[in-house]
Amino acid sequence: MSGYVRPASLTEALGLLARGPHVLLAGGTDLYPATEGPRLDGAVIDLSGLPELAGIAAGPRGGLVIGACTSWAAIAAAGLPAACDGLRAAAAVVGGRQIQNAGTIGGNLCNASPAADGVPPLLTLAAEVVLAGPRGSRRLPLEAFLAGPRLTRRAPDEILTAVHLPAAALAGRGVFLKLGARAHLVISIVMVAARLAFAGGRVAAAALAVGACSPVARRLPAVEAALVGALPEEAAGRVDRAAVTAALAPLDDVRASAAYRAEAAGELVARAVAGLARAEAGR
Amino acid sequence: MTGLAVAPSLVVNGRPATLRPDRARRLSEALREDLGLTGTKTGCDAGDCGACTVLLDGAPVCACLTPVGRAEGRAVTTVEGPGLAGLRASFLRHGAAQCGICTPGMLMAAAALLAEVPRPEAAAVRAALGGVLCRCTGYGPIVAAVVDAWREAPPAPGPAAGAAVGAAVARVDGVPRLTGAALYGADLWKPGGVVLKAVRSPHPRAAFAFGDLAGWAAARANVACVLTADDIPGENRFGAIPAYADQPALAEREVRHRGEAVALVAFEDDGSPASLAGFPVAWTPLPAILDPAAAASAPPLHPRRPANLLVEGRVRRGDAAAALAVAAHAAAGAMRTGFVEHAPIEPEAGAAWMEGAVLVIRATTQAPVMDRDETARILALSREQVRIIPSAVGGGFGTKLDVSLQPLLGLAVLKLDRPARMTFTRRESMQATTKRHPAAMTARIGCDASGRLAALEFDGQFDTGAYASWGPTVANRVPVHATGPYRIPAVAARARAVHTNNPVAGAFRGFGVPQATLLLETLIDRLAAAAGIDRLAFRRLNALAPGDATATGQLPGAVGIGACLAALQPRWDRAQAEAAAVRAAAGPGLLRGVGVAACWYGCGNTALPNPSTVRIGLTHAGAIVLHQGATEIGQGSDTVIAQIAADALGVPLAALALVGPDTALTPDAGKTSASRQTFVTGRAALAAARALRAAVLRLANAGEGATLLPGADGLRVAEDGRVALLDLAGLQPDAAGYALSATETYDPPTAALDADGQGAPYAVYGWGAQIAEVAVDAALGTVRVLRVTAAHDVGRAINPALARGQIEGGIAQGLGLALMEEYLPGRTENLHDYLIPTTDDMPEVEAILVEVPDPEGPMGAKGLGEHALIPTAPAILNAIRDATGATLAEVPVLPHRLRAAIRAAGGGR
Repeated sequence: MSGYVRPASLTEALGLLARGPHVLLAGGTDLYPATEGPRLDGAVIDLSGLPELAGIAAGPRGGLVIGACTSWAAIAAAGLPAACDGLRAAAAVVGGRQIQNAGTIGGNLCNASPAADGVPPLLTLAAEVVLAGPRGSRRLPLEAFLAGPRLTRRAPDEILTAVHLPAAALAGRGVFLKLGARAHLVISIVMVAARLAFAGGRVAAAALAVGACSPVARRLPAVEAALVGALPEEAAGRVDRAAVTAALAPLDDVRASAAYRAEAAGELVARAVAGLARAEAGR
Repeated sequence: MTGLAVAPSLVVNGRPATLRPDRARRLSEALREDLGLTGTKTGCDAGDCGACTVLLDGAPVCACLTPVGRAEGRAVTTVEGPGLAGLRASFLRHGAAQCGICTPGMLMAAAALLAEVPRPEAAAVRAALGGVLCRCTGYGPIVAAVVDAWREAPPAPGPAAGAAVGAAVARVDGVPRLTGAALYGADLWKPGGVVLKAVRSPHPRAAFAFGDLAGWAAARANVACVLTADDIPGENRFGAIPAYADQPALAEREVRHRGEAVALVAFEDDGSPASLAGFPVAWTPLPAILDPAAAASAPPLHPRRPANLLVEGRVRRGDAAAALAVAAHAAAGAMRTGFVEHAPIEPEAGAAWMEGAVLVIRATTQAPVMDRDETARILALSREQVRIIPSAVGGGFGTKLDVSLQPLLGLAVLKLDRPARMTFTRRESMQATTKRHPAAMTARIGCDASGRLAALEFDGQFDTGAYASWGPTVANRVPVHATGPYRIPAVAARARAVHTNNPVAGAFRGFGVPQATLLLETLIDRLAAAAGIDRLAFRRLNALAPGDATATGQLPGAVGIGACLAALQPRWDRAQAEAAAVRAAAGPGLLRGVGVAACWYGCGNTALPNPSTVRIGLTHAGAIVLHQGATEIGQGSDTVIAQIAADALGVPLAALALVGPDTALTPDAGKTSASRQTFVTGRAALAAARALRAAVLRLANAGEGATLLPGADGLRVAEDGRVALLDLAGLQPDAAGYALSATETYDPPTAALDADGQGAPYAVYGWGAQIAEVAVDAALGTVRVLRVTAAHDVGRAINPALARGQIEGGIAQGLGLALMEEYLPGRTENLHDYLIPTTDDMPEVEAILVEVPDPEGPMGAKGLGEHALIPTAPAILNAIRDATGATLAEVPVLPHRLRAAIRAAGGGR
């Protein structure tokens, strides 16, 4: 019949998971649409009641820890450093309010859609995921966790419990630009996250990521490197659009052509950098 | 961990409630099935439409994505809940609910916002409602209602007797749509019956063979029966136009489109899982025609339709080729459009049961009498043995004109002698029902040196899909309308409806005219440029005027296009100046453009009979009952027809009791299509009301100037200061069971079209024109429509608020056609890959109601429902070209297409 359980602690959840494969249910905003029936079939562990997975807290050595079941609405409303502005902006465009109230950051990552809104900003924040399992807990960089479309490095007996943002990545200011064919409830054609930290009036650190243009969203190390040392007014001009395109592997689909995606990604990266540089210049 | 055997309890609308102990179930299911709270609607079961929005501890969530287990011990508020009075009143005041299917979701999302921000700005409202899709209103009235919800406005008094027509009265059917009480197709069923699921083809064309159906059914305790085409007792064919009926209720041997049903499984309606897994059917895919251009040389899908040609419509007047050869200026071009899905937020749904010897089918529909006749034929019943009761209809736009699940429900009820119900999933609804015809069109148009249009050649190929549906209507309607509302002396227009193995293309708001107008109006812009004439001036120069003949040789009764274009002139001048100022001020990149396009549209069937009949009765107690069979699908016919009847009878609107539609209770008022209800059924209502008034006055021995005074204790007649209570008790009941009643029919006078398309195809035309103002992000190819100004000649605005509602909603669908909507079988069968506009996609809309009374219309009124959609998309394309110089030959103008067109126009980086 049901097979649904909603454990009250992580220990209990891991114990259940150790007994056999389960579907892990977080916000439900991907799992329910994947079925046309009135219910989720099979053995389901609902993670929404685990206190260990809730909320945003200060992490060790100045970082941040975001519980895996933190909703997008909670992230959008949280008082976070300016480096997280891109993450908060992404949180405000994951579906509508209804989806933001239910959908979680951990679910977004485990669903591993190439167009997951949360991934590009988290890549610019050097996010690491924490996986708890019977062998204890381990940390993986987000890039390593996401193995491909709908594919992660989570073992069947593990639960993603939190996302860590290291202190070093919380410097500067972030931004997120989403391009779609309508205003709300839209799957991205291209999305870009950027974070720039300035020191002494020049770019000290740059983090750029593009989503929906490759099997997994990607950082752009070559483009980032070219920005370091730039004055605010120089920054956008240093974005090498050809290097942006070279770093991506976009596809043709119902939303856009691959060629368009490649071109738009370059444009959006330049705009994201320009916007952050303007904000810096205006401080 | 919660005790799982215990029934989950929660607090719903302030009261404790207990649900079935299945915690993985969708909360939406539990609210509807366990608690009977059917005000929570399910439109997609995927979080894409927001119709099921409820508040969970005050926060809006999609109930369809919420496991019951997560709501346990928490507070759930639904549309039936407390605290919504102010919002509801504001929604009613602003006409914010049309069909009403999204209204519960809108109300709940709005309630959550208002709890935080009691007096929000419009932008905050649009953001808060961005997760709820509406297909009717264009969102403007909804946003206004939420912004205005804080205001306590006393309910407006109803109009006095004789003053209903022209008054913006609130919808007579509005309140139940705001309380969750209105019962849509999925909201009413008989317990103890079966739930039906259809087995559908995954292939565009395939042969199929069943395995051991009996064995499969027997192995499943909750399968009551499996039904196939072999079980159909009557003629297994339906089709909107009887001469072309070709579509089986369940396919025989071969399927001709993806999503076609081959079998029906009846599951026990006891909450047990209704799974089609392992259903024994073997498919053998066959070569399919997917490209309509290849259809002519492919083997015919239907035996008597060589070259897969369903119908070719033609209009020929003068010698267009010769006139084009000598035209001072000419423009030629092509335009392609794709499948467009109606996407009513209510999928097809209904229930059926026996009442004595009569099969009762209560389902969502636009055409109850056609449903009755087609279902009766398929099931080998007489018409008298089938009763169709339309449910509240959660949007139609043409797709609910064809029967869908009615024969399937009937088949199961007859076979099992038990009630049945069925609701299409969103995917089923998108796969199995009709679409707007994709068009591939070419045209040439020319004018003389002074800019007067001389000739038009138009050729359109319309992909009508696997079955006829309304394909003949599109093929015949398009050539008639190919000229737009312009005087063009030489015309050669033809349109072919061509069969393929694509989705069935049928009726969709405008029947092909929106597609053809996209090409015509974009070419007119190019022609005006060639002639060196302002684009609006060019249209005004060429607009049909009273006394001008159309391309079919008809003289329309009341020509309002000139007045519509004149109404736009000051707005056009303002928009041009604004765009020029923005261009001067802004740097390159963000471009502004302005476009205009016009429309005309004949109301009712094309040169075919199209009657409506209305009855009004006076009971022996003196109550007045309007039997009105026009199906309300959100457009407002319940209100408009009643307004006409009330004024013609000379009583206040509130004095009318409304009955119907219901094929057992209301005469045939035809289908809700072709913008015909206000005109045709309105005329029938006018005649019936006048006849009843005459009968009442005769009985009272009073003159025409007497006043009817309906009251709780009967009907009084006042004349010359004398007031007399009408003595009805002694009258013999008439054939309809009333003390007095009148039943009147109106059929619009039309004349058949000859081989050259000459004749008088419509008795009444409506007219309109719209300006679109856009901002284009040239580097990304994205478009923001800033403002649409729409002037529509409605003859007489019976209800100005409802008329504006039709205009705003039409613009929303036109914007979707222009910029985002494209149905691709197998790829966009949901509401997140198939995009319809959301709150922030909509422009500011100014609707201007122009009234050039038509002598044929009731009180001068013309139809409007379809007209409003037609000019929007071409006006947007013309504005984009104005902004960028890019010539667009395909819609939707998705960003990558616009970017490519901008590059082609030399605007690339």
